[in-house]
Amino acid sequence: MPTKYHIDVHPTASRFPTIGRSGIVDWGEGCLKCAQCVKHACIYQAYRDRFFSSDIFGDTIDELCKSCFRCVQGCPKRLIHKTVNPEWEALGDDVYTPEVITITWNQAQSGKIPVSGAGYGGAFAGDGFDSMWTDMSEIVRPTRDGIHGREYISTVVDIGRRPMRLEFDGDRLLTQLAPSIRIPIPIIFDLFPFGRLSSALWRAVAQAAARLGTLAIVPRAEASNLDDLAANLVPYLGTDRVDPVSMKGYRMVEIADSEDALLRMATFKRARPDLLVSVRMKAYSSAEQIGRVLELHEAGADMIHYVADERGREPGVENGLHVKDIIREVHRVLMTEGLRDEITFMCSGGLGMAEHVIKSMLCGANLVGVDVPLLIALECRVCRNCREGGECPVRMEKIDPQWGSRRIVNLVGAWHNQLLEMMGAMGIREARRLRGEQGRVMFMEDLETDTFAQLFGGRD
Amino acid sequence: MHYRNVWTEVPSAVVVNTPSRFGRAIGKYIVAVSDACTDCLKCVAVCPTGVFQARGGKLVPPLDHRCLGVECAKKSDRCVRNCPEDAIRVSLNPSCSALGDKRWTPDLLISTWYMAETGSLPENDVEYRVGGSGGGFDKLRFLFPKQPPRPTLDKKCIDTSISLNKRDDGRLKIDIGIPVYGGGMSFGSISQITMLSRIRAFAAWNSFTCTGEGGYPEALYPFDDFIITQVATGLFGVREETIQRVKIVEFKYAQGAKPGLGGHLLGPKVTEAVARIRETVPGSSLFSPFPFHSVYSVEDHKKHVDWIKATNPKGLVSVKVSTPTDVDMVAVGSYYAGAHIIHIDGSYGGTGAAPDVAKKNIAMPIEYAIPKVHNFLRNEGVRDQITLIASGGIRTAYDVAKAIALGADGVVTGTSDLVALECVRCHNCESGRGCARGIATTDLELVGLMDLTWGSQRIINMLSCWKDQLQEILFRFGMESVRELVGRTDVLAHLDYNTDVPDDDIRVPQQ
Repeated sequence: MPTKYHIDVHPTASRFPTIGRSGIVDWGEGCLKCAQCVKHACIYQAYRDRFFSSDIFGDTIDELCKSCFRCVQGCPKRLIHKTVNPEWEALGDDVYTPEVITITWNQAQSGKIPVSGAGYGGAFAGDGFDSMWTDMSEIVRPTRDGIHGREYISTVVDIGRRPMRLEFDGDRLLTQLAPSIRIPIPIIFDLFPFGRLSSALWRAVAQAAARLGTLAIVPRAEASNLDDLAANLVPYLGTDRVDPVSMKGYRMVEIADSEDALLRMATFKRARPDLLVSVRMKAYSSAEQIGRVLELHEAGADMIHYVADERGREPGVENGLHVKDIIREVHRVLMTEGLRDEITFMCSGGLGMAEHVIKSMLCGANLVGVDVPLLIALECRVCRNCREGGECPVRMEKIDPQWGSRRIVNLVGAWHNQLLEMMGAMGIREARRLRGEQGRVMFMEDLETDTFAQLFGGRD
Repeated sequence: MHYRNVWTEVPSAVVVNTPSRFGRAIGKYIVAVSDACTDCLKCVAVCPTGVFQARGGKLVPPLDHRCLGVECAKKSDRCVRNCPEDAIRVSLNPSCSALGDKRWTPDLLISTWYMAETGSLPENDVEYRVGGSGGGFDKLRFLFPKQPPRPTLDKKCIDTSISLNKRDDGRLKIDIGIPVYGGGMSFGSISQITMLSRIRAFAAWNSFTCTGEGGYPEALYPFDDFIITQVATGLFGVREETIQRVKIVEFKYAQGAKPGLGGHLLGPKVTEAVARIRETVPGSSLFSPFPFHSVYSVEDHKKHVDWIKATNPKGLVSVKVSTPTDVDMVAVGSYYAGAHIIHIDGSYGGTGAAPDVAKKNIAMPIEYAIPKVHNFLRNEGVRDQITLIASGGIRTAYDVAKAIALGADGVVTGTSDLVALECVRCHNCESGRGCARGIATTDLELVGLMDLTWGSQRIINMLSCWKDQLQEILFRFGMESVRELVGRTDVLAHLDYNTDVPDDDIRVPQQ
């Protein structure tokens, strides 16, 4: 059994005031000056403890308020109200929703798994990952007690090509093993689709990857500033022809797929057989693109990295498939070809929450790449101002790398605990076993077909 | 008798007006009266719902949750136009935007509070039937016939009782008066007052309430005959004596809010009293493990059921499970193990504390699970020998009726009882001292916010309104008993599949 993987988290405060969901609107006008004002009854003492903070140039009451509505209800003149903060509602987009952003901020700050009282308050279902539910087992085979576990739940995955069998001559292994990398979580850090990406930010990302024992894909130019962390970096070389000998200290590089990709890969394989080569491809579900996956595998690619757009869809395709369906299609073809176990297939783009990691893997990915959530951990508001050259409201370019890496480690720490919870519920103790376990997923379309479509379909 | 002991007595199932504990109730509209008011009290005379009340010749703060809305207020014979000082303003309540969530919308909260206060349906335009989750119950509608098929049926005599023992095994025959009983909420997660309020209210309607897995406080003893005691994985406070006290024992294998995960009571809520009942140490967090470490097969499960049956020779056994892909197999396994009740708890069920990731993602919503299990048991030929109970997101009387029409015999509630006690769904039950409204807490000061008579009556009122709604729904289908509704999916429509679905508001009279 491997040593138990544990992520040390440290509460790390935000630099800017967080934008909360709702705020107290308190009209003083018409106040009756009751002897027993409802504000004195606040059990969180929000009215007593509030102050004017020069950090935020504002009142701290909304950070203290827990929305119990007792003051709202109790004021005889209805002078106190609680309303949704329009600034909060305007955060992000349909993938990185205000809820996702808030929950990500909290995790990056505390390092803790989000826990709350009362049942789920969200939508019944939604697009993409929200149309899947994971399975549970009433009487689980391995005994386990969730994160407080007695039996170890491993989240280790391997990157690299796997031979389908080993050949021996007596005790001597004849099969030439391809190089591989073992990482303790099925998550590596991917390039960002946007962001004010300073060297300090890349250092924060690289440091976090090193502390977590995983990998970060970084632009080649930035990688050269981070030599001390090379073992955890995957320089992204794009379509450049790079001298393989110059790639010192790294365990893997990533190249972009293009016409001469096979040639560039062959150069690397000849000069540096110890180095893994990942090929970055656009996440299309088309037969041609999956055919290209097979071709690249044939030519020796160590990992296939499918990149969906930042909303988790086929890039540039109108009504493109969601990444979960793209993964399922690739997985299906690789299964049919009898090659699934030989290939490491990673997906990225549009993965915003811990559950998306597990759901992607259950659909058929070996591991995933995460991008925007790391920025959100660093307080990004997903306003995308940076894309038009606008100012970053949270000064992303000025972060302290130490602070940044702690925030990212906290987020991944919280995600890791959520992976354990979900795997535990399924009774799966090995992250490697998640890959393609579609029998442990309930897809909404299947549930609908099995139940409501039978009951209500074809009635009109 | 001039003295009644509320701590031992089962109250009668009669509606008594029971207003909010925290000043005026929150409603959809707010009615503001400015300082210009001269206490002429014209408004008191013109308001049809009694928003305005005077005490000692002075207008008191308006009961704006009764307000019929902006359109009513603007009419020439109503408050705004009749105020000589132009002192009355009626508007939408701005606080509604921050209240509730997609499942429990502000409208659902407000209408449930109204039912708990008055025992009747709200008269204004709040949506009291469905929430805004965009799926499941919220997309199902009743297809009422244009005319009542049996107009001579006496609505008040329509039978809403269900049977909890359908086996002919010589054990207790238990019928409950309404197709609803109270789900497990442990002492510790909620206060003793909350616990007793639920127990007394369900007892008033001749139904049961489950203890949850926090043991069996002595204060519950007078209500033994209306209590289901729970045996869950932590076995907190489970003793031979507690199993023998009651008529029904429930095995909790899993909970819909956190399927496959154990229970979790945070340290601050483990007070002296909680620790004593749970036989543990005050202040330390309590985890119940998952799963039962003594059960790894249906055969093991049968041993569990046999153990309870041997300990309590007359009692019934309920098995509470969550909704995995193979929930139908689990249900049939429970039947063969000898259970009387199979209780399936869907993924959107309530909890005192659970990881958000579990609440949202693990196991299927109850709306899919009910027909799946119902049909499977029917095909196995055992459906009429087991009682199928559904829970996990039952919020309204319409949800109850829909769950039954999908195939359940009855349902279990939890959150809606707490909403009747003025829960606002702030989701902070687990943190620090617990509930700011004195419901899900063990903090002595906060517990004191609620009075037992008040709490019991609020839930009695809500259940009374639910029963009326159920009887109205059944009447519109010409059914004499709620048992006729089981599995009648033909009376339902689904907005994703069916078009031109008519409105199913029972406040609008049938032709």
